[in-house]
Amino acid sequence: MKRDPIYGMMAEFDTPTGLVEAARRTSHAGYKKIDAYSPFPIEGLAEEVGFHHDEVPLVVLIGGLIGGLTGYLMQYWMAAVDYPLNIGGKPPHSWPAFIVITFEMTILFAGISAVFGMLALNGLPMPYHPVFNVPRFALASKDRFFLIVFSSDKKYDRVETRKFLESLEPRSVSEVPS
Amino acid sequence: MGHPLHQPMDEQYKTTMDADRAPVIEPGHTFATVTEKISAIVLTRPASNGWFLGFGICFMLTMMMLFAIGYLFLKGIGIWGVTIPIGWGFAIVNFVWWIGIGHAGTLISAILLLLRQSWRNSINRFAEAMTLFAVAAAGIFPAIHVGRPWLAYWLFPYPSTMNVWPQFRSPLMWDVFAVSTYATISALFWAMGLIPDLATLRDRSENRWTRMIYGILALGWRGSARHWHRYETAYLLLAGLATPLVLSVHTVVSFDFAIGIVPGWHTTIFPPYFVAGAIYSGFAMVLMLAIPIRKIYGLEDFITERHLQNSAKVMLATGLIVAYGYGIEAFMGWYSGDRYDAFTMWNRLHGPYAISYWSLLICNIFIPQVLWIRKLRTSPVALFFISGVILIGMWLERFIIVVVSLHRDFLTSSWGMYYPTRWDWMTYIGTIGMFLAAMFLFLRLLPAISIFEMRTLLPQAEVKAE
Repeated sequence: MKRDPIYGMMAEFDTPTGLVEAARRTSHAGYKKIDAYSPFPIEGLAEEVGFHHDEVPLVVLIGGLIGGLTGYLMQYWMAAVDYPLNIGGKPPHSWPAFIVITFEMTILFAGISAVFGMLALNGLPMPYHPVFNVPRFALASKDRFFLIVFSSDKKYDRVETRKFLESLEPRSVSEVPS
Repeated sequence: MGHPLHQPMDEQYKTTMDADRAPVIEPGHTFATVTEKISAIVLTRPASNGWFLGFGICFMLTMMMLFAIGYLFLKGIGIWGVTIPIGWGFAIVNFVWWIGIGHAGTLISAILLLLRQSWRNSINRFAEAMTLFAVAAAGIFPAIHVGRPWLAYWLFPYPSTMNVWPQFRSPLMWDVFAVSTYATISALFWAMGLIPDLATLRDRSENRWTRMIYGILALGWRGSARHWHRYETAYLLLAGLATPLVLSVHTVVSFDFAIGIVPGWHTTIFPPYFVAGAIYSGFAMVLMLAIPIRKIYGLEDFITERHLQNSAKVMLATGLIVAYGYGIEAFMGWYSGDRYDAFTMWNRLHGPYAISYWSLLICNIFIPQVLWIRKLRTSPVALFFISGVILIGMWLERFIIVVVSLHRDFLTSSWGMYYPTRWDWMTYIGTIGMFLAAMFLFLRLLPAISIFEMRTLLPQAEVKAE
C-alpha cells in the first residue's frame, strides 16, 4: 500500500483554553479524524477530539479477576489437591488463610494490566511517529499545545484545511510529512 | 469535579492564600519555567563536588554492605549476633524498618491522589523513588537471613523435584507475596509516572546520546489527548489499587509477629499500629530527604513551607496513633491478667534492654510533640532533626518488638541476650549507604519532581469556559 506522503496539518496554540476551543471548532466544522497534543492532561480534551470509549477499566477488571482466581486456585490446588500436608490439624482447604495471597495476586495482576494495558491501547512503545517530523512539536512536552487534522480525514484538503486552521488564530500552522 | 490530577488551584489553595499558609507552588511560574527548572537539574547543571563526595561515601558504604554479605555467604549467619532464643535479630528489625519507610511514598502518590491533595504533586516523584529504594534495601534482609540464601527462591511456588509446595497457611508466605507485589506495583507506578517527563527530557536534551536514552525510555510518548485519557484512567486505577495494597503490606508484616504466640507479639493491635508506624517513619524519611534536596537544588518554589508543614502534621497524627498503640500494649499487659504479658511489659520497662524502651518513648512520643508548635513545623532545620529522632525511634520500636520480646519468653531456662556484631552493623549501615547512593543517582538522572503534574498546578492550566 502506498503511504500518503502527508500525515496531516498541525496548528500550534499557546494555551490549553485555546487548544480545547480549537478542537471543539474543528470537530464542529466536520473534521472527524483529529487529535490534540498537550504537555499535561487536559480535562475534556479527549472528548473534543472524538474519544469516547476508554477500555482501560475493563482491562484492569479482567486482569484483577484473573489474578484473584489464579491466586486462590493456585493455593487450593497446591495445598488441597496436589500435595496436601497436615499442618497443625488445619483442613487442607483452609480458605481463610488463602485470602491474603488471593488479595495480593488480584492487586498484582490488576496493576500490571493497568500499566501494560494502557501502553498497549496507546500503541506504545512507538519510537517513530510522523508528528515528530515537525520541529516545533518538541515544545509539545513543554509549554505548547497542538491540534492535528489527519490527511486520512475525508474533508482534508491541503489548502482548505490550512485556511480553516489559520482561522482558529494559532501561533503557527505546519504540514506534517509522514 | 474531575480527575484528581486536574486541580489547577484547588479550593484549598484558593482559600488559604493568606499569609498563614504557604502556597503549593510559588506564584509567577509558567509552564516553561517549571519545565526548565526541574529538567535543568538533570540536563544542564553540572554535578557538584558535594554530589561526588556524598555519592562516593554512600557508594563505599554499599561496598561495605556487599563485603559483609559476601562474608556472610562464606561463613553463615553465625557471624551475626543471632542465637537461640533470639533467632530474629537485626535482619528482621531492619527489614521491618525499611519496609515501613517505603510506605510514605505510596501514601503520598496513591492515597493523597485519591484524596485530591494536589500539594502531593511536587513530592510524589522522589517519595516514590524513596519507596522503591527502601523496598530494595528491605528485600535484602529476608533473603540473606534464611541461612542458605542461595535457596531463597524456595519461598516461591515453583514446580520442584521435591513435589512439595510452599505452606500457604503461614504468614511468612503471605509476606513473600505482599512484599513482592508491593515492590512490583511501586516500580510500575513510578515508571508510569515518569513516561511523560522522560519525553520532556528527550525533547529538551541537546546531547545525542542522552536524547536517545531518554527517547527509548519515554516509549515514544507524544502527549496525545487520547493517550492522556487512558493514562489518567490507568494512573487513577493504579492509585486505587495501591491504596489497599500499602495498607495490607505492613498489616501482613505485623501478622508475622501477631500470629506467633510469643508474649508481646500476640496482639490484635499490631496491624493498625504497624501501618501508622510505617507512615510515621516514612514521612520522617521524606522530610530528611526533601529538606536538603530543596535547599541544594533551589526547589523552595516547588517544595514549599506548605509541604513541610503538612508532612509534619501527618507525622504528628500518625505519631499519636503509635503512642496509642504503645498505650494499649501496656494496658493489655495489665488488663489481660496474663502473667507473661504483664512480665513482658515489666521487662521492657525494667529489664536489661530498658534503655531502648525509654529511648523509644522519648524519640517517638515525647520529642515529636513539639510539632504542635507552628514555628517548628515550618522550620526546615528543626524538622530535619525531629525526623531523624523519629527514624531512630521507629528503629528502636522494631528492635523492641523483635529482640526484647524474644529474649525472655515463657521459660526462664531459655532466656538469653542478643548482642549485634560488627557484621550486623556493617550490613545495616551498608543498606543506608545503598539507599542514599541510589537517591543520589536518581537526583542526577531523572526528574526528581513530576514536571507534568506540576504544570497542572499552575493557574494557566485551567481551561476557561468561554
